[in-house]
Amino acid sequence: MTELVNGKGLSLVPKTDAKQGLKDFKSDQEVRWCPGCGDYAILAAVQSFLPELGLRRENIVFVSGIGCSSRFPYYLNTYGVHSIHGRAPAIATGLAASRPDLSVWVITGDGDALSIGGNHLIHALRRNVNLNILLFNNRIYGLTKGQYSPTSEVGKITKSTPMGSLDKPFNPISLALGAEASFVARTIDSDRKHLQSVLREATAHRGASLVEIYQNCNIFNDNAFEQLKDPEIRDDITLRLEHGQPIVSASKAVVRSANGGIEVVARDTVTEDQILVHDAHHPDPSVAFALSRLDEPAFEHVPVGIFRQVDRPAYDVLMSEQLDEAVAQQGQGDLGELLMGGDTWRIG
Amino acid sequence: MTKQVQQLDRVIIRFAGDSGDGMQLTGDRFTAGTAEFGNDLSTLPNFPAEIRAPAGTLPGVSSFQLHFADHDILTPGDAPNVLVAMNPAALKANLGDLPRGADIIANTDEFTKRNLQKVGYAANPLEDDSLGEWRLHAVPLTSLTVKALEGFDLSKKDAERSKNMFALGLLSWLYHRPTEQTIKFLEQKFAKKPELAKANIAAFQAGWNYGETTESFSVSYEVKPARLAPGVYRNISGNQALAYGLIAASVQSKLPLFLGSYPITPASDILHELSKHKRFGIRTFQAEDEIAGVGAALGAAFGGALGVTTTSGPGVALKAETVGLAVTTELPLIIVDVQRAGPSTGMPTKTEQTDLLMAMFGRNGESPLPIVAPMSPSDCFDAAVEAARIAVKYRTPVMLLSDGYLANGSEPWRLPEVSELPDISQEFTTEPNGEDGAFLPFKRDPETLARPWAIPGTAGLEHRIGGIEKADGTGNISYDPNNHDLMVRTRAAKIDGIDVPELAVDDPDGDAKVLVIGWGSTYGPIAAAVRRIRKSGGKVAQAHLRHLNPLPANTGEVLKSYDKVLLPEINLGQLALLLRARFLVDVISYNRVRGLPFKAEELAGVIQDVIDSD
Repeated sequence: MTELVNGKGLSLVPKTDAKQGLKDFKSDQEVRWCPGCGDYAILAAVQSFLPELGLRRENIVFVSGIGCSSRFPYYLNTYGVHSIHGRAPAIATGLAASRPDLSVWVITGDGDALSIGGNHLIHALRRNVNLNILLFNNRIYGLTKGQYSPTSEVGKITKSTPMGSLDKPFNPISLALGAEASFVARTIDSDRKHLQSVLREATAHRGASLVEIYQNCNIFNDNAFEQLKDPEIRDDITLRLEHGQPIVSASKAVVRSANGGIEVVARDTVTEDQILVHDAHHPDPSVAFALSRLDEPAFEHVPVGIFRQVDRPAYDVLMSEQLDEAVAQQGQGDLGELLMGGDTWRIG
Repeated sequence: MTKQVQQLDRVIIRFAGDSGDGMQLTGDRFTAGTAEFGNDLSTLPNFPAEIRAPAGTLPGVSSFQLHFADHDILTPGDAPNVLVAMNPAALKANLGDLPRGADIIANTDEFTKRNLQKVGYAANPLEDDSLGEWRLHAVPLTSLTVKALEGFDLSKKDAERSKNMFALGLLSWLYHRPTEQTIKFLEQKFAKKPELAKANIAAFQAGWNYGETTESFSVSYEVKPARLAPGVYRNISGNQALAYGLIAASVQSKLPLFLGSYPITPASDILHELSKHKRFGIRTFQAEDEIAGVGAALGAAFGGALGVTTTSGPGVALKAETVGLAVTTELPLIIVDVQRAGPSTGMPTKTEQTDLLMAMFGRNGESPLPIVAPMSPSDCFDAAVEAARIAVKYRTPVMLLSDGYLANGSEPWRLPEVSELPDISQEFTTEPNGEDGAFLPFKRDPETLARPWAIPGTAGLEHRIGGIEKADGTGNISYDPNNHDLMVRTRAAKIDGIDVPELAVDDPDGDAKVLVIGWGSTYGPIAAAVRRIRKSGGKVAQAHLRHLNPLPANTGEVLKSYDKVLLPEINLGQLALLLRARFLVDVISYNRVRGLPFKAEELAGVIQDVIDSD
């Protein structure tokens, strides 16, 4: 097993001694999502998780784009920016790169992050900007009332695709891994315990962490993740990813396949030592990527948990180090000296 | 043979060659020598967007024009007195600008049959009489250079490459330029390749010696140093001055500078320059695109930085939505637009003033913002400080409209004392401003209408801002019709109320009937044209707008106090549209959109026509 060197994601953010509770993170704004929306569960999970971090509330910032999920910052009593469509990772990059003392969160959806803002997302990930990116994936456009999204399945019948959508969807986990993300995880709105456990690891990770949260839109794409919630089948479908543990569901197991890849087999057809043990910390993302493909194309067995969690210098730290190095080499900047630099001459 | 020395009050030289011939470097070095000598000067680089356009072709011609004088001058000059043509294409492309009697120094080695054919010369113009109107100096620059470098361990190609230094040496002799700085420069530039340094210096000195000994040049020229205001000077380009202005703004506002930028001609040099000055705590972020550049700058501004993004017109178009977010969240932000010829990609290396209306109106909704435009390369420094002052004081994005001509042109700059620079710092808000310890992020300063700037890390002032309309005071989401009307009007009133200095008018006798007004980089040519008119006994007043939004309070009064108002612009009348709409004054437009600055002579003619017309 590969072990992490450090997981001190919040070491630069000031802590508080004051006791915090869920109430401290609720703003005075009325929450305005549709009744039954999965966003409520995620909001409650985040609000009840934040006190655990013990951070000074004023050093936490939530930045969002546009979409249903992007109203999120208004409901948290921290600093917040509800920005414009797709641009939250870019805006948060400027903030996080210049303020290492902040815990910066990006709240985004599948349209916001993967369609209009796809470019910013992949670049924030490859740079390893110190951000916790929560991607609410409901596989539909909600705020614009029900068009297909970049994660909708092929053939999706929506208002804009009456004969079915033609586009191959993105797999957000595969995309993030391809973009050199150092922390990639998947969880689900209805499982607060798991969601919070993933958030715990994501906040402990210094650098960009991408957390895909399967979120139900009960108005335009209800029951999109029903297989993972149905008590009858969910334990068979859900493959838990836990570092150092064999990758299994109640009835299935992941093993190395003959062709060098990995595959899912019935658990009772293999011995324990044949089952693939999850190594989220492995520097090579190949196996993590292979895991992210297991649920393609059908939703038959879905890995949930942390796919990848590796140490890589965070962007803000690298940037600060260059500034320090410049001062160490040349001394503090002096404006008068700068202006007088170059070839000068005196008149009079 | 003792050569004759002739005194001149000013000279315009144009170096022209292939884009790989090193003409920009040659021009830069001649400029450095001229600056060191103490002349006033002004430069105009002109080059293709292609890095290495096909050799020997007309589109591949790169040129550098330098005007220097024993008095203060305002432009890089209309027509060259001397053209250095490194090949037939350079001759052909520039001959039209050359007045009768001007000197042509042509590199005969490049006037081969093939090169002549490439640009459509049937016969060699150096050998027939077609250049009879000019004084032709046919010099085999390449072969003389190769010969001078025979003793060096260099390939023929490397030796030939030094021909620009030979030409520089010759011109330096011709105009009595000091040589020490150029030699020092070459030593430094080729510090890692001493053989190349020595070769280039040898070529430079060979050029000088050639001038002294050849009969082709019987006269050399002296231009005495100019009597400029006392002070310490350096030569500076607009982009460098703008970068320095941003650094000064950071120091004077006590805010760390954060630059989010994406490379684009002709603005990239500001990114390059700022990235060298990390010791000032400057963070430069080369973003994945234009939108991310401004987004990151805005994010940094939310965190308490002086957020800046630098770009050109196409980039401003992409940034528009984020600039709108800055307008409505009322955060300080500086957007530098180094304008270039458009629309679309246009002509990236050529200048224009065509983004004024985009700066004014190029966003959805009512989204006013202040606009500042520098008027000369060195003025880019002061304009940057002024843009920052407004941004920080009024919590607003500010558009700074430079252009390609200012960006790449250069002039001597009298260095300001740091103690002379304005203190533009503002305090962050650290205390609640509402009842019961509440914080109201949109409760305004009654005088400036600026909202409080409370940054993350400030306890008790946690708040949310965003693109959705905000309730006055609390900043909470509001769809209330009357609140929206109030907020739209308040945001406009804030910008309208920005303190900008009065518009100064230069009208020496106070009895001119015609006012010529301009903005931005046209200051030099307009002022030079005005001088010409006055020299010939004409009367004309001049005013130049540095603040385009809001306009100085006395603008209407100034416009209305003249019988005629002439407004030259390198666009189709964008400021004219604004002035006409705003003041109902029948502004006479003069517009040329050729990707080049105006010429003083051209504008003098236009002004004279307006004076003479009924």
